[in-house]
Amino acid sequence: MKATHLGRTTYSSQLVAESFLAMPIQTEPMTVNIGPQHPSTHGVFRLRVTFDGEEILEVEPIFGYLHRGTEKLAEERNYTQIVTLTDRLDYVSSMINNQAYCLAVEELLCVEVPQRAKYLRTLTAELQRVASHLMGIGFFLQDLGTLGTPLMYAFRSREKILDLFEMLCGARITLSYMRPGGVFFDAPDDFWPALDQFLRDFDTEFKELEQLILENEIVMVRTRGVSVLPLELAINASVSGPVLRASGCDWDWRKKAPYDAYDRMEFDVPTATGGDNYDRFWVRIQEIHQSIRMVRQCIQQIEPGPTRADVPLILRPKPGTEAYGRVEASKGELAFYVVSDGGISPYRMKVRSPSLMNLTVTEHLLVGWKLADMIVTLGSLDINLGEVDR
Amino acid sequence: MAVQQLSGEALAEKVSAGVPDSLDLAIDNPAENVLWVKPSRVADVASFLKTDAGLDFNFLNSITAIDYINHFEVVYHLTSLDKQHTAIIKTRLDGREELSLPSVYHLWRGADFQEREIWDLMGVSFPGHPNLKRIMLWEGFEGHPLRKDYL
Repeated sequence: MKATHLGRTTYSSQLVAESFLAMPIQTEPMTVNIGPQHPSTHGVFRLRVTFDGEEILEVEPIFGYLHRGTEKLAEERNYTQIVTLTDRLDYVSSMINNQAYCLAVEELLCVEVPQRAKYLRTLTAELQRVASHLMGIGFFLQDLGTLGTPLMYAFRSREKILDLFEMLCGARITLSYMRPGGVFFDAPDDFWPALDQFLRDFDTEFKELEQLILENEIVMVRTRGVSVLPLELAINASVSGPVLRASGCDWDWRKKAPYDAYDRMEFDVPTATGGDNYDRFWVRIQEIHQSIRMVRQCIQQIEPGPTRADVPLILRPKPGTEAYGRVEASKGELAFYVVSDGGISPYRMKVRSPSLMNLTVTEHLLVGWKLADMIVTLGSLDINLGEVDR
Repeated sequence: MAVQQLSGEALAEKVSAGVPDSLDLAIDNPAENVLWVKPSRVADVASFLKTDAGLDFNFLNSITAIDYINHFEVVYHLTSLDKQHTAIIKTRLDGREELSLPSVYHLWRGADFQEREIWDLMGVSFPGHPNLKRIMLWEGFEGHPLRKDYL
């Protein structure tokens, strides 16, 4: 009984399997709209993606949902007021935006910034880079599906940096701490002990985070070799910042054209050669170490003195002058191209936004990969839509 | 080693030898670090700047357009990552209607979004760009808002 029964069932299931295998599988490409609400909690970004099953066939990034016309608004504000507009570009690294804009205006006016202001700028810009990278790392892991834990670890340290900024200028996100000619206020007396305390805490906190994620097997398996960006394409597509450095180019404007106090800072430029999601993530972690190193040097080297050059409230650069003030922002090369006609506001202000330029390679990075990798890859680019759309 | 800004004169010498009759000499130029190029020859000059072994501009930093009412200026900021120098290339488009400039998309992929943005907000079109449509605003939007006469 057993034999015949089993024999019959085996035979029939084999027949079914064979007939299925002989049938060609029909799949149909499907176009899906991802976003515009928070595809990876980085902002209102929309992707039109065509899938074959789970595999990505075509990608079209669509943006502009956060377009506020910053460049047009700048033509109606005076030079000092524009600092507040720059806060709202990459709103997780406003310090660095302020810095780039102020450098451009100072170049227009030929103003020399006092030493103490240069150090304060370098210090705050590096703290801001740490905050921005922590957020980048946290959300990258969140996109991987870690559901909160590393994100909260990252935010724990970021909050403390925001507290420090609050001591400096009263704001936490939209800082407007820097002004053409220097910084708005000198740091209050209780800022320095608080900064020391932060650095002490940060060492242990960040070590904890690193132990949790850096050699994590799941992170490695999900990100190693995924969405590789070849160096040649990266350069050709004007990609900059950690994304470029993860592909093997050690280009960093803080080294190549030092501004503020960077010529007196000792730091390394971390690079990787793989150009995959893991390398982009790894480069950011290493940059945090370098930034903390620079913060320590700033504390050692800073000396008392004035914090703002003697500039009038209403600035009038000479007509026909122009400046391209660029910095190495947390996302890449951020530049403000300001053209003056002698008036109290710029004739034209262009923002060269690193996030927008880094998105040029989206299609190359995503096509051929699976749906689950898509959000992770976007997270590894660490874009900020305030800056993409402007 | 810090990055060096190439002077307009040094660039003009090399470019006029490499791409004859491409420079716009009619413009009285107060800034000394700018190279003025004829609008029709922009792509040729860009190609020379990118491929010439001594210049080797492999990185396009930004493209910008400026509205001067009677004419438009388009500005290219370039960097050579290997030779460690930068350059500013400008071109001048007369008039306000039907402005166009050869695309440099085939040389630098980085021109993709920036040329689209200039088309969207300034109304300068780039023949040769494979996907020249609005980027910040939606299709069907009327006008180019960064122009001085828009608002």
